[in-house]
Amino acid sequence: MIAEFGQICLILALLIAIAQSVLPMIGASQRDVRLMAFGDRAAYVQFALIATSFIALTAIFIASDFSVKLAAINSHTDKPLMYKITGVWGNHEGSMLLWVLMLSLFGGLVPIFGKSLPLTLKSRAIAVQGMLGVGFLLFILFTSNPFLRLNPVPINGQGLNPLLQDPGLAFHPPFLYLGYVGFSMSFSFAVAALIEGRVDAVWARWLRPWVLLAWSFLTIGITLGSFWAYYELGWGGWWMWDPVENVSFLPWLAGTALLHSILVLGKRHIMASWTVLLAISAFSLSLVGTFVVRSGVLVSVHSFAVDPERGVFILILLVIATGGALGLYALRAHKLRGGPTFSAVSKEGGLVLNNLLLVAATATVFLGTFYPLFIDAMSGDKISVGAPYFNLTFAPIMLVLIGFMGVAPLIEWRSGKLASLKRPLTISALIMAIVILLGVIFGKAGLGSIGFALAAYLAYGTLVAFGRKLKLGQVSFGDSLTLLRAQPSAVYGFLLAHLGIAVFTAAVTAMTVWAQEDQQALRVGESLEVAGYEFTLRSIAPGQRENYEFFGGDIDVTKNGREIVTLQTEQRFYPTREMVTTEAGFRMGPVVTLLASVGEGDAERGYAVRAVSHPFVIWIWIGALMMALAGFISLLDSRLRVARPKQAAAKAPSQAEA
Amino acid sequence: MKFTLKGFLPLIIFLALGAALALGLTKDPRLMPSQMIDKPFPEFALTDLYEPDSILTNADMTGQVTLVNVFGSWCVSCNVEHPKLMQLARSGSVDIWGIDWRDEREKGKNWLAARGNPYTRIIFDPDSVLSIDLGVTGAPESFIIDQQGQIRYKHVGIITDDIWDDILWPVIATLEAEG
Repeated sequence: MIAEFGQICLILALLIAIAQSVLPMIGASQRDVRLMAFGDRAAYVQFALIATSFIALTAIFIASDFSVKLAAINSHTDKPLMYKITGVWGNHEGSMLLWVLMLSLFGGLVPIFGKSLPLTLKSRAIAVQGMLGVGFLLFILFTSNPFLRLNPVPINGQGLNPLLQDPGLAFHPPFLYLGYVGFSMSFSFAVAALIEGRVDAVWARWLRPWVLLAWSFLTIGITLGSFWAYYELGWGGWWMWDPVENVSFLPWLAGTALLHSILVLGKRHIMASWTVLLAISAFSLSLVGTFVVRSGVLVSVHSFAVDPERGVFILILLVIATGGALGLYALRAHKLRGGPTFSAVSKEGGLVLNNLLLVAATATVFLGTFYPLFIDAMSGDKISVGAPYFNLTFAPIMLVLIGFMGVAPLIEWRSGKLASLKRPLTISALIMAIVILLGVIFGKAGLGSIGFALAAYLAYGTLVAFGRKLKLGQVSFGDSLTLLRAQPSAVYGFLLAHLGIAVFTAAVTAMTVWAQEDQQALRVGESLEVAGYEFTLRSIAPGQRENYEFFGGDIDVTKNGREIVTLQTEQRFYPTREMVTTEAGFRMGPVVTLLASVGEGDAERGYAVRAVSHPFVIWIWIGALMMALAGFISLLDSRLRVARPKQAAAKAPSQAEA
Repeated sequence: MKFTLKGFLPLIIFLALGAALALGLTKDPRLMPSQMIDKPFPEFALTDLYEPDSILTNADMTGQVTLVNVFGSWCVSCNVEHPKLMQLARSGSVDIWGIDWRDEREKGKNWLAARGNPYTRIIFDPDSVLSIDLGVTGAPESFIIDQQGQIRYKHVGIITDDIWDDILWPVIATLEAEG
């Protein structure tokens, strides 16, 4: 019963979504307040229906109702409760349901937070959000119905794959989706603004927190994914430039550019066209991400289930949504011009540059990810370009970007003076020289020292920019403290996010320069040395668990005779699939992360032991989480909320239109 | 209605990308290109991955049906393909040669040490000398070479159970039967 109930809710949600996409749109063009108000209610009801449907599916998983096919395939009575629940979205159908749940949640939040918005803009945005809902609900009902029954009913489920019972895998998709789907807000509002023919500062200021929210969740999602791949796959890489990783990174890059351009639009009434295009791009790239993962058009280590029919469906959605939005843009682009001019040396100039570099970076990653597909389309070759391409093309763009990040925040709006940069630039040059010297002499870092120097330069530039906000040195220390408390939270967000990039850059450099690994055939009792750590193979013992056999290898790690840790590794053999997997043993730490794995071999000739020392690798994820946290801190900013008394002002024509 | 041509640029770019994506969907990901088929394996003289001093040439390869597999420690998909190659090596169904492409010697050796080495010999090709002659566009990629050193089949992408059973093994079995 409960499955049918869930499905009926979904069908009702579809009907509501159809009405939500049409009626408020008509209402907005005819200035009919009642039709526009309908949109608000439809958004609430649509969310309530999908939420009920999602709860129904969760109940099916918890109750282990294996008459429902999805639960039979993906769940098992012996699963811990937490993994029964996370199993709801650990599969295609359930994850798409989670996707529309979030989509309708964001839609439902518009009327709650959008009371200050121009009524027609709000109604049109809700209608567009409704259209996206229609597309994805159709997708679910026609290609990925989670509520299909199974006959005969199996005694137990098949979903006890231990590889998939992992907290990282369980919580990575919801965050990623919150990010992906969060960009639907910028999309809907961009389309609504294009219909209105007006993209102004009020629009930008209202939308910015939603961009921040989506961006922060996406940052967390990508970070969790990277950590999971590092930890679980045990290849020792924190980023593989795998297509599935890249497609989650693309909306992040576009979203980062959007965050900065929407800031400029909100403050200075310029970059309206850019902002609209980036808003459309960020969500379109999220759709592309879904398309790639669901269709399996790119060969990847991450994609477990592929289905061309679903890919076609999402591609059609993508073409309608993005094509429609860009078509609208083409007709309205001429209205989005104007705004005050600014000199090249100014904060605006810096942010335009930031946008150009981020867009170039997005294009680079896009090309590297999809080039194989285009080649396939043209010549029929299937290739993968891999890490060498990205290291060669993406890294230099990022280095230039960091170079500008260190100074741009120091420049004034409108027209800055290069002279004001003289002192901080001299000091940062000094800092960089010292860091490079230290790196070369003590760190044996060679060229890598440049990476550390850039990180130090960025951290210094960020701190100076923050110090200037406090007027440090210009006013008394007490006044500076008062200013410290008076700073809007967005300033703290800027500080933390840019410092996060500095930490990230330093950690990536440390990994590139100092990571060490060695590989030797060891008999029990023998050892090998990596970066001053001695890895000794203590024991090898075979064993058997549920659906695999394994060789467990214990490795003692010592440094200068002092015992550090015992790493437990496993080599697993799955007889049904004739598949061998290697489970590495980890010891994570703030300074160094050690990992070891035991591969093929025998007692006579020894076992292939791989030992790795990764200094500071953990700071890669800490740096990324600093950025996510910075996004949330910025959200607390009261300036971002358009106060209600300003409603009259909001209706007044803005400079962007002039 | 008034509009500018520049405004259409994003739409045009997107439609071109969308068309390419759509075309990509209709293609069989493992389609076989034909330019090198039935041509002799290109002349080469490159070092062995494990023995930097020993030079491998075409003469080392001829005489039996060989599966030549292009891989690299940087290649993510190769991780997925690797267990299948190990299984083939264990079963002894065919001689497998490797081309370690665009790699560093140490990294390539480490990669194999961690996972096992399915290859009889490995040609180390860091500068794409042989790979360009072969028309390699990405990794993993595999070629079937007959007893006379002619390329008889090219497979792009991962060798899966199905690909092996349905395509590669029949080709190899036929070639071996022809002698």
